[in-house]
Amino acid sequence: MSRVAILGSALEAVAGIGDGATVLVGGFGSAGQPVALIEALLEGGASELTVVSNNAGNGEFGLAALIREGRVRKIVCSFPRQSDSWHFDQAWRAGAIELELVPQGNLAERIRAAGAGIGAFFTPTGFGTPLADGKETRVIDGRGYLLEYPLRGDVALIAAHKADELGNLVYRKTARNFGPIMAAAAKTTVAQVDEIVPVGALDPEHVVTPCLYVDRVVCVDRNLAMSGDTR
Amino acid sequence: MSTLTGIGKDALARIVAADIPPGSFVNLGIGLPTKISNHLPPDSGVMLHTENGMLGMGPEAADNQIDPDLVNAGKVPVTVLPGASYFHHADSFAMMRGGHLDVCVLGAYQVSARGDLANWHTGKPGDIPAVGGAMDLATGARQTFVMMTLLSRDGRPKLVPECTYPLTGLGCVSRVYTDLAVFLIQPDGVAVRDLFGVDFGTLTTVLDVPLIDQTRKASP
Repeated sequence: MSRVAILGSALEAVAGIGDGATVLVGGFGSAGQPVALIEALLEGGASELTVVSNNAGNGEFGLAALIREGRVRKIVCSFPRQSDSWHFDQAWRAGAIELELVPQGNLAERIRAAGAGIGAFFTPTGFGTPLADGKETRVIDGRGYLLEYPLRGDVALIAAHKADELGNLVYRKTARNFGPIMAAAAKTTVAQVDEIVPVGALDPEHVVTPCLYVDRVVCVDRNLAMSGDTR
Repeated sequence: MSTLTGIGKDALARIVAADIPPGSFVNLGIGLPTKISNHLPPDSGVMLHTENGMLGMGPEAADNQIDPDLVNAGKVPVTVLPGASYFHHADSFAMMRGGHLDVCVLGAYQVSARGDLANWHTGKPGDIPAVGGAMDLATGARQTFVMMTLLSRDGRPKLVPECTYPLTGLGCVSRVYTDLAVFLIQPDGVAVRDLFGVDFGTLTTVLDVPLIDQTRKASP
């Protein structure tokens, strides 16, 4: 029931995220990745993190930097290996990071289920494959399914386009991706946005993430955040 | 067998494009299948879905069109067409899993004679596994087509009695488009619909899979 806090810096926005936390991190590659929040998390010093995100970092910024600095104990993702995921690749080969590989649709639905109060669900995706190993299965109407459990976060870090002063969010193009479902699936949801507008400035027909899912908002200059990595 | 020469990637993409019914909702996998979009007639009414949250995807973005917030499943900057929509990831995969996509076209390491698909992991120690949306697409779309070379770089057939690579999905592939032939995976077995630069008899000696001759009179 707590109302949203509008904060002046990314560092304040990620305050209180401690060692060992499970962090849902939005984004698909760079699109929608809350780079300023992740880099603030890095600066804040939290370690032994479990990160839930579609990918395992790109280049040197954001999630890749968090992995490079050894702060991530485990990552739950669908597609870690990319042309620019060298920090993950290195950590994985060194045995320094645990990987739980989840098909992308199951990843999304597990996050959605967490936010929607679903105890578990049967999905056809992955049935008969190595990713079903050890999972409960069932045949329903002649088709094979496996049981998947919700993925909850202590905190969700997401990027949206605009917030109003209550924390209602709208997104931009394909940067929406995991934002709306992660916002609902964590105890504390932190959104970095390009712009904060007055209450009433967002058309209720267009609000994608209603404000009750959002706890903290910070406005960041994305261009600065992307180019500001100097580590 | 490595002397066999079939058709090129663009010619094959044209053949797949011609088989996609007008008005279909289609997902094209990363890599080779992406080429199909170049050969869809402008009036086909085919709408492209990308699993990262868009229906109505346009061509790859040129220099001044590049927007980091607008990418396809391969993280390549793309454009958006009139009539498009954006949605979050759970909706995007519900669309797929719920059977609302007519066709998806994927690449493959191997396809079995029963239509099992292996396309996400070599299974070799040290190779980092990455599955992405492949399993969801393969099992979710109403029809799953595969587009691949028939032989691997070392000359081994990729259409096989049983997949030896880790599986992506069971019995999910209905057609296999290759540089040497188009195969239909049917309840009665694997049928050959088109041949490119190889005759049916030779093809039967290349593959360990029994083949049914259903070649069309005039191949495109």
